[in-house]
Amino acid sequence: MDYMKPEEIVEYFKSNLGQSVIESKIETKISGIKKKSYNIIWLKVKPENLKDAVKLLGKIDYPHFAIISGDDIGEEIELIYHFSIYYGERFKEISINLTTSLPKGDLKIPTITDLIPGVQTSEREMKEMMGITFEGLPDLPNIFLPIDFSKGVFPFRKDEKGVYPLSKNGKYIGGNIIDKEEVKKVE
Amino acid sequence: MSKITYSIPIGPVHPSLEEPMTFNFEVHGEHIENVYLAPGDNHRGIEFMGMQRNPVQIIYLAERICGICSASHPFAFCQAVENAAEIEVPVRAQYIRVVIAELERIHSHILWAGVAAHELGFDSVFYLSWRAREEVLDILERLTGNRINYGMFMIGGVRRDFSQELILGIRKTLDYYKDIYGKLEDIFLKDPSIALRTKNVGILTKEDALRLCAVGPTARASGLNKDVRQDQPYAAYADLEVKAITPDVLTGEVNGDVYDRIIVRLLELLQSVQIIEQCLDNMPSGEIINEPKLVKLLNQLKKAKGMGIGRHEAPRGECIHYVKLNEAENPEVWKARAPTYNNLMTWVPMLLGQQIADIPIVIASIDPCIACMDRVTILNQDNGQKNILTKEDLHKLSVQKTRRITP
Repeated sequence: MDYMKPEEIVEYFKSNLGQSVIESKIETKISGIKKKSYNIIWLKVKPENLKDAVKLLGKIDYPHFAIISGDDIGEEIELIYHFSIYYGERFKEISINLTTSLPKGDLKIPTITDLIPGVQTSEREMKEMMGITFEGLPDLPNIFLPIDFSKGVFPFRKDEKGVYPLSKNGKYIGGNIIDKEEVKKVE
Repeated sequence: MSKITYSIPIGPVHPSLEEPMTFNFEVHGEHIENVYLAPGDNHRGIEFMGMQRNPVQIIYLAERICGICSASHPFAFCQAVENAAEIEVPVRAQYIRVVIAELERIHSHILWAGVAAHELGFDSVFYLSWRAREEVLDILERLTGNRINYGMFMIGGVRRDFSQELILGIRKTLDYYKDIYGKLEDIFLKDPSIALRTKNVGILTKEDALRLCAVGPTARASGLNKDVRQDQPYAAYADLEVKAITPDVLTGEVNGDVYDRIIVRLLELLQSVQIIEQCLDNMPSGEIINEPKLVKLLNQLKKAKGMGIGRHEAPRGECIHYVKLNEAENPEVWKARAPTYNNLMTWVPMLLGQQIADIPIVIASIDPCIACMDRVTILNQDNGQKNILTKEDLHKLSVQKTRRITP
């Protein structure tokens, strides 16, 4: 099997996606007595090109998906898709982290479950915890939060939609977590 | 004949379990037609709690994500923080970390073997294998002070060193496991009843494993030659020859059934013993921690800015942590992913077309912290009649099936 070098992978993304690749970084990690190394790639792409980036990744090798992590950075929400490619040989695996930022006014991103079905759990988690709409993802019930959890409250958010003690205005001291109307319905 | 399907919810909560969850089965007779999964009944918001604590405090929280993987999560978390803050780990500490992680793998795999035997109705095997597990717990207690939740990991190294006497103790434990390995192999791989119950049951194809992003022994048993220790060797694994184990090493073929998962775990047991021996033979001397003064370390972390991921091959599969430090006391983001999170969806293809009596062993086969099925309701949709099946009843069904098909 031919393995692309990390620099080649970054170049491949840049030549195919052009201006959409906002940032790129290659990290080399060394460990052990023999000081051998492996690589981690960080790429930042525009949200409208995220799906294309995943498709490109699929052309290199079927990517192994780990998780989506989210970060509320004020005006935007940053999503990081953690992938890795090339398994089966020592020191060949490369971790690829695709970052994208969504403005709070338009928290929409296409689903990639049609490319990699295993992403479903993670997309559902981000939908509940961050309030991101994944276009094309079936509207399934809550996976990690209780079914009577308030709509419009997202635990990983750090603005007024988050929960205590992260809410800045101090209004929400945990009281917003349970939606009393929903509880009544269930009871 | 009209086809009426019944729905059987299994779960959700059993207080002693790591991951309580609800399974909703649609069955036609004994045949499983569809499966719906609903986890999250015991979501404790550990990541949320972590984001209000400093990184050193999070280590102990990470340790408690899972009772069995109490070395795996801090291992991955410490690596993530070290990557983010660019802290170097002394080589001796890397070796100690690997020894603890591999001892944990031995205890986790034997625990699983016992549970699997119990689900099949071999309680004597269950007792014997858990007796064998005590030895590794004893040595872990001597090394770390605790049977679980070892408290060994620290950002930039480990908290305790191994003395010569302790190393002799580890070697003695390893000899014990080399002794009994033959017996375990005899019981699990040559017993006709176990073969009858596990061969061609709960099959996961290689394609499905790849598409659903399976990890760990579940993925390897389906023929995916995938192991973080091999693909991206971190810590002392970079010096050790670790190869991912697939079932064809032993049998020459890959079926992806429960039997293959037993093979992979048993061989990994032996592999762990060999890894620890290599570690002990080559362990360098020197420091065990980068910065022994906690206040200084915390100050360093407070000023750090960066992102890092840490990956570790836990007994159940790849465990990955992501940490973002942003010049603050607490990390801005901490995301932990346990292996069962990814293996969750592999249950669906495994369970489709199986019988109700096979549910326990198939669910157990990916080594989740299983047995969430403490109560089951069978609802007859025609007359609305409700019967409650307890975990014991389900277990009884499974045991009966073993008795029935055993010659």
